[in-house]
Amino acid sequence: MPANTMSKAERDQGHARVFDLSQHSLRELNQALHKLTPGSNETAWEVLHPKGSHSVAVGVDQPVTIDVRGSVGYYCAGMNDGATITVHGSAGPGVGENMMSGSIVIKGDASQYAGATGRGGLLVIEGNASSRCGISMKGIDIVVHGNIGHMSAFMAQSGNLVVLGDAGDALGDSIYEARLFVRGKVESLGADCIAKEMRAEHLELVQGLLDKAGVTGVKASEFKRYGSARKLYNFNIDNADAY
Amino acid sequence: MTYRNPPTTPRKSATFDDYTLSEIRRAAATGIYDIRGAGAKRKLPHFDDLLFLGASISRYPLEGYRERCDTSVVLGSRHAKKPIELKIPITIAGMSFGSLSGPAKEALGRGATLSGTSTTTGDGGMTEEERGHSKTLVYQYLPSRYGMNPRDLRRADAIEVVVGQGAKPGGGGMLLGQKISDRVAEMRTLPKGIDQRSASRHPDWTGPDDLEIKILELREITDWEKPIYVKVGGARPYYDTALAVKAGADVVVVDGMQGGTAATQEVFIENVGQPTLACIRPAVQALQDLGMHRKVQLIVSGGIRNGADVAKALALGVDAVSIGTAALVALGDNDPRWEAEYNALGTTAGAYDDWHEGRDPAGITTQDPELMKRVDPIAAGRRLANYLKVMTLEAQTIARACGKNSLHNLEPEDLVALSIEAAAMAGVPLAGTNWIPGKNGF
Repeated sequence: MPANTMSKAERDQGHARVFDLSQHSLRELNQALHKLTPGSNETAWEVLHPKGSHSVAVGVDQPVTIDVRGSVGYYCAGMNDGATITVHGSAGPGVGENMMSGSIVIKGDASQYAGATGRGGLLVIEGNASSRCGISMKGIDIVVHGNIGHMSAFMAQSGNLVVLGDAGDALGDSIYEARLFVRGKVESLGADCIAKEMRAEHLELVQGLLDKAGVTGVKASEFKRYGSARKLYNFNIDNADAY
Repeated sequence: MTYRNPPTTPRKSATFDDYTLSEIRRAAATGIYDIRGAGAKRKLPHFDDLLFLGASISRYPLEGYRERCDTSVVLGSRHAKKPIELKIPITIAGMSFGSLSGPAKEALGRGATLSGTSTTTGDGGMTEEERGHSKTLVYQYLPSRYGMNPRDLRRADAIEVVVGQGAKPGGGGMLLGQKISDRVAEMRTLPKGIDQRSASRHPDWTGPDDLEIKILELREITDWEKPIYVKVGGARPYYDTALAVKAGADVVVVDGMQGGTAATQEVFIENVGQPTLACIRPAVQALQDLGMHRKVQLIVSGGIRNGADVAKALALGVDAVSIGTAALVALGDNDPRWEAEYNALGTTAGAYDDWHEGRDPAGITTQDPELMKRVDPIAAGRRLANYLKVMTLEAQTIARACGKNSLHNLEPEDLVALSIEAAAMAGVPLAGTNWIPGKNGF
């Protein structure tokens, strides 16, 4: 982006490369992020006026820091692979979907499907998350400071979901090997999801994730663990009523 | 000598036929529905019910083998910076690594590449075998998202968002425990040996408005380079095609109920979805109504077997066809040379469809290391290329006879139907009449 196309707000931001979405298109933003190469010195980015745009900072594959000043629409930070992305606002559906690595922090609330199919990295939602949080998760760690909605961790395969508040109906329905930790009330458990013992390794795991997510004043021992009963792993007609 | 009344011939019920009776007995004995691979086996109105008229006084033919008859097709020219150009309008449909062995996937890539066409990944992610051996590879974006990652998305030549499949519109993938080997389990992030039933709908979007936003995300991740296909099962082809176009698809893929699957319930395969022939005209009509025919390309699959089927599909307005079952047969699936082994499995060559069990004598629908050695990827790839060449020559033969210098110039007016059903579905006159059922109020 040539200097003469930068807005005053952009020039005022100091060292971070500032991208004002009221001045430039989403395409220009994502293209610029995709052009980054290993060793680039443009390691800090700031996105202004996202105004609910979809697909902000998707497919980033370099270890840069991106601060999004405002709320975003669908699929913000989708398929993130290594970047540290902070949304200083709320996020629409599918934030951090299929994340590979890196971290995403949502300062506000997140809509449906947060962290869907995520394979790695850490997604932190400082507010609440809506339904289907962590659906089909495949290795991602998700920490939600508030509550999560119904059908969360549906068919969750791997990874950890830590919820400081409550969980809605049908938590962990048809879950595989993902681990769910909820501090508050669980409205109901889905098919083949059961409460499990919190062993030492789980306390350690939860504490580690709380630390990484910047949570203080909460102890790992306050959480209950939920996971797969593994009764539906191989089809048995006598289990058909479970669905 | 006592008189005996003349006996009646024992009469079996047309309703309760032998197959139906055997299925009732099987269900009663096992308490579980029948699962199998492949597509609908019942008799359906199909391309066999259509005929070309050929040349006459008003239409003169082109010289066979001498005059050029173009077969190439460009897919994805609507939005993609890098559309796909194929030499023939016959592509290889999506089939997963997991349902198919590694050597079988490699053979599909080799055969497609030799023929100048594309092959497609499946519900198990992209393998090095198929990426390495496929010049043009379409990467499926499925509800399960097994193996999905941005690197593979970017090294694909096109992306196919799979909404549904002809064999099971509304059903998800199924891969039973015996085929979940270490490698398959790792690619799918699942424990080894479990029954894998993948999701039937996408985890992070529902409906056409969301799909539009999802397509935008995929385009942004891949910098608008890749053509984006949307694949639907033959459920509501008019509306599904229109909605896919509205959502921004470059290519719409419609898969009729004869299209195969690796495994699902028999009751699903035979009773849900529409025949391929019934899907084509509504899909073409949707494109025409939107002014997008030939701008958004239409691929149709499900029961394509020879060059005549290709030519008929193209004449009805399709841009390209896709083959799955036929490609597997070209590789060696259901080959009578393994008859003794098919018999041992309680079946016969030509009827074997327990692809989910992983015991395929032909070594194609298996993860058994010994069985899969039976597929030589180079020789099988060559057979697929030969077969694709024959199909193309057959289609060209028909097109030239109809006076067309491109397969894409074939048109509905070149066709008549042998049955009222086919005439109504294809929107062409019943042979010997000028009657198109459903047109002009009749």
